[in-house]
Amino acid sequence: MSMNSQGRPTVPVAGNDTTEMQPVFESYSGHRGLFLAEPLIFELGTQDTSGVDVEDIEEFELAIGGLEREGDIGCPGLSEPDTVRHFTRLSRRNYGIDMGVFPLGSCTMKHNPRLNEKMARLPGFGDIHPLQPVSTVQGGLELMNELSHWITTLTGMPAVALSPKAGAHGELCGVMAIRAALEARGDAREVVLCPESAHGTNPATAAFCGYKVKSIPAKENGRVDVDALKAGLDDTVAAVMITNPNTCGLFETDIKEIADAIHEAGAFFYCDGANFNAIMGKARPGDLGVDAMHLNLHKTFSTPHGGGGPGSGPVVFSDALKDFAPMPYVVDTGSGYKIVEDGDASSLGRLTAFHGQMGMYVRALSYMLSHGSDGIRQAAEDAVLNANYVLASLSDVMSASFDGPCMHEALFDDRFLKDTGVTTLDFAKAMIDEGYHPMTMYFPLVVHGAMLVEPTETESKYNMDQFIRSMRGLAKDAKAGATDRFEGAPYHAPWKRLDETQAARQPVLRYRLAQAAE
Amino acid sequence: MRYLPLTGDDRQAMLAKIGVRHIDDLFRDVPKSDLNPDIDLPRHQSEMAVERHLSRMAAKNVPAGSVPFFVGAGAYKHHVPATVDHMIQRGEFLTAYTPYQPEIAQGTLQYLFEFQTLVAQLTGMDVANASMYDGSTATAEAVMMARRVTRKKRAVLAGSVHAHYQAVVETTTQFTDDEIVTLEPVPANPEAELAAALDAIDDATSCVVVQNPGVNGSVLDLTPIAEAAHAKKALLIVVVTEVMSLGLIKSPGEMGADIVVGEGQSIGNGLNFGGPYLGLFATNQKYVRQMPGRLCGKTVDADGNEGFVLTLSTREQHIRREKATSNICTNSGLCSLAFTVHMSLLGEKGLRQLARVNHKRACELRDALSTIDGVQILNTAFFNEVTVTLPVPAADIVDALVSDNVLAGVPMSRLYPGKGFDNHLILAATETVTKEDISILSIKLAEALS
Amino acid sequence: MTKYTEDHEWIDVDGDIATVGITDYAQKALGDVVFVELPETGASFSAGDEVSVVESVKAASEVYAPLTGEITEINEALEGDPSLVNTSPTADGWFFKMKLANVGDLDGLMDEEAYKAHVAGLD
Repeated sequence: MSMNSQGRPTVPVAGNDTTEMQPVFESYSGHRGLFLAEPLIFELGTQDTSGVDVEDIEEFELAIGGLEREGDIGCPGLSEPDTVRHFTRLSRRNYGIDMGVFPLGSCTMKHNPRLNEKMARLPGFGDIHPLQPVSTVQGGLELMNELSHWITTLTGMPAVALSPKAGAHGELCGVMAIRAALEARGDAREVVLCPESAHGTNPATAAFCGYKVKSIPAKENGRVDVDALKAGLDDTVAAVMITNPNTCGLFETDIKEIADAIHEAGAFFYCDGANFNAIMGKARPGDLGVDAMHLNLHKTFSTPHGGGGPGSGPVVFSDALKDFAPMPYVVDTGSGYKIVEDGDASSLGRLTAFHGQMGMYVRALSYMLSHGSDGIRQAAEDAVLNANYVLASLSDVMSASFDGPCMHEALFDDRFLKDTGVTTLDFAKAMIDEGYHPMTMYFPLVVHGAMLVEPTETESKYNMDQFIRSMRGLAKDAKAGATDRFEGAPYHAPWKRLDETQAARQPVLRYRLAQAAE
Repeated sequence: MRYLPLTGDDRQAMLAKIGVRHIDDLFRDVPKSDLNPDIDLPRHQSEMAVERHLSRMAAKNVPAGSVPFFVGAGAYKHHVPATVDHMIQRGEFLTAYTPYQPEIAQGTLQYLFEFQTLVAQLTGMDVANASMYDGSTATAEAVMMARRVTRKKRAVLAGSVHAHYQAVVETTTQFTDDEIVTLEPVPANPEAELAAALDAIDDATSCVVVQNPGVNGSVLDLTPIAEAAHAKKALLIVVVTEVMSLGLIKSPGEMGADIVVGEGQSIGNGLNFGGPYLGLFATNQKYVRQMPGRLCGKTVDADGNEGFVLTLSTREQHIRREKATSNICTNSGLCSLAFTVHMSLLGEKGLRQLARVNHKRACELRDALSTIDGVQILNTAFFNEVTVTLPVPAADIVDALVSDNVLAGVPMSRLYPGKGFDNHLILAATETVTKEDISILSIKLAEALS
Repeated sequence: MTKYTEDHEWIDVDGDIATVGITDYAQKALGDVVFVELPETGASFSAGDEVSVVESVKAASEVYAPLTGEITEINEALEGDPSLVNTSPTADGWFFKMKLANVGDLDGLMDEEAYKAHVAGLD
């Protein structure tokens, strides 16, 4: 076994050796060294414990119409030290970008700069209320206006709606604007075309807006079949939703021809901008004929994913759609900013209670200002470079689904695992043992056993080389029949594979408190 | 370019490995005429320069914590303990993805399970999901869920429901089969406002949506409208925009709600100029498979150890595509963590006490305002928010008080323009308001009115 | 007499009452079934209408009315134990019974041999 300079093995022990890694005895505490067991707050806390000192008040006469809450609510408290410890212990069971390479395709898990966090917490941004008089939030509206300027300039589109709360919400906003525009010209259409490789949100959104969804096939090279698309385009088609770069990590080469065909049929071109990271500063959707596109600030512009949100999904619009944008929106009057919250008859309406995800706007603008026009282009180039480096370094041992070059993510399928008994899922779980978050698997649906690898631009060559070494090692093991490390992987994670069937057959969605008053 | 680790040499070596000479060879699928456009934006800047630029902008705003502050109407200024902000900035939480790989995401999954339990307990319901975008989108989702459950499509939105929530429901359902009946607020008579909603329930009604405390701050017993809704096989949806109230006021579940939605911002989350916020969604066990959004459930791993996974995901868009219960794709993960940390700190004891302090401050505000000539208080039962009428347009008074460094509340005309509520003002008083703040407001308001 | 559809449903006919479930091939393709959404007794469906949804951990599939008719009975045991679809797809794991509007419609469906050939063509 080869050792590094500290005498540790450089090749991880194989799966069948992991028994040696297990403790030879169980601890009395349930802890295992740095891995600390931690119950639920409901098992730890008491009804009388509190980690805050709320001011003492004298008795007074309640004015709540006799509707006082009686009985236990059932939310035990912890002291401040125990609260810190509880959540610190929980945090250590998570994998995050801060810990290592997170090559989750189509999710753009790039570094989250801490300056962004600091800026979002400035009291002038974090501690202002959406319904304060506009004269007291001019800086907030200025920030929204400046962010809009960056977004419209980068995309080459005339207008942007900031308020959608996440990518899927942005899609909804975009398709609603399309339907509003069609209705405004008295043109009832029924169909939205989506490629087979689309994100699940695309058909879900189209159906939500009352459209029938028809699928467009892909060509052998992973791009939309333009002829099939043209054949499907007629005066019943409201919109075509295409992700570009697409979910196979490829740029749609015929994008302008597609856009022209869509417009000729009187339909609109909705572009899913989930993968804008690959082309920011390199190409503008406005030059490619796009009518509406959402951006995921939590992907492209580095706002944190936060374990599943909050996201932010601004939508850019062409001239044909911009009058239908949702309220509220900011207007620069020349002598200050105002916010239009109602009374715009052509607007599709209001999508959220207030102005959208201000906290994310601050972070995204902080990122944009930091990178500047030059850094943004460089980031896109480095993202594409890293992905192609992965593709070039793994193509001989894994099966790349399409010829390169790819954009910001490299797509592999499970042909290289044929007859090995190892599945895409096993392979992904073995990556956990290697210290990586798995790539996206089984998406897109257009290839079998998909593995979508997106390294992002914030990984160094050193990190890439280490990652590639692991992937090559795993691929070779699988093909050589050394499949122990795959069966039942992960072995080195704090939990083994979890039983999702039991979770779904007998759902337990909450803790039941013994003392809960029923 | 401090966020970009690749050096020039790295890039050359990697291009060589790929077998191309120039980076733009990798962009050859992009139409040539459209590649590398001129981008008229500033070049990269140092951390210090960015901080200076953004701090200047922030300094033009008046933070809630810097003045006597009475602005509420759907978002509330509460104290957030330092521990909360510290915990949510741990990189393992901040930079994690949605917990689709449960073996390395038990931290996120466990707090989601705790969060779901807390929301269920607070609202008095059986189950809650892992959160939604905000209270308004949760309300729209609830209306559509009621359609799926009842197979009826007429939803009644009571006048007590925040104007912006009503608008979000209308916008969201404009191209669906739902039929929305929107009622107007009756700030001077909350009982009449509720009675109008009750009268609007008919056999075709899928749900009636009421807010408690209402947009004008009034608290009502919802038991009668629950009974009326159930008699017509409709669901009662209760909206709670001030979740702190659940520490003092009887829960919607106890009053017969079938779905409770709300805005969880008040616990653990700052004002943030409107977002990110935290949509709460709770319902009864029998409707769980009709629920939108993510759910975390308990299970075991291959060794028999208890753990958690996202479950019942077949309802969601990535599997059901055009047949999903909703196109929703994300929750408000980090905001739900902030909520869970703050709730752990508060506990039952802290929450109840904090809710009482809020109510007491509002009572003191009511008492102070009632001594001012021309000011009439419209609420008799409320939590931490009241509506008053003034002899002049409230927006003018609010603007006038800005120059006295007092943020006096939300003119109702901002939420309901042209509806005849020009002289109505909604004021909130939370634990962050001091007695001195109330006395400054009273003095300045009396001056402005004299 | 048992008939089959291209969507992998089996139909067992007794007079004008048809018992409907999914085939062994279908349950294997779905994996562990975790939930079955059943129609209401008394509801009427036309051939091809979506009647029920069967969910596994990773997939959800619609079950269509093989023929036109009215639901007379549903398999309530599936509510408590959806795994019956996996362990006994063609017996205890049946979904619903329907009274056929026109028994003659059965002629349009596949018999066992034809279905076997259909499945063989899929792999």
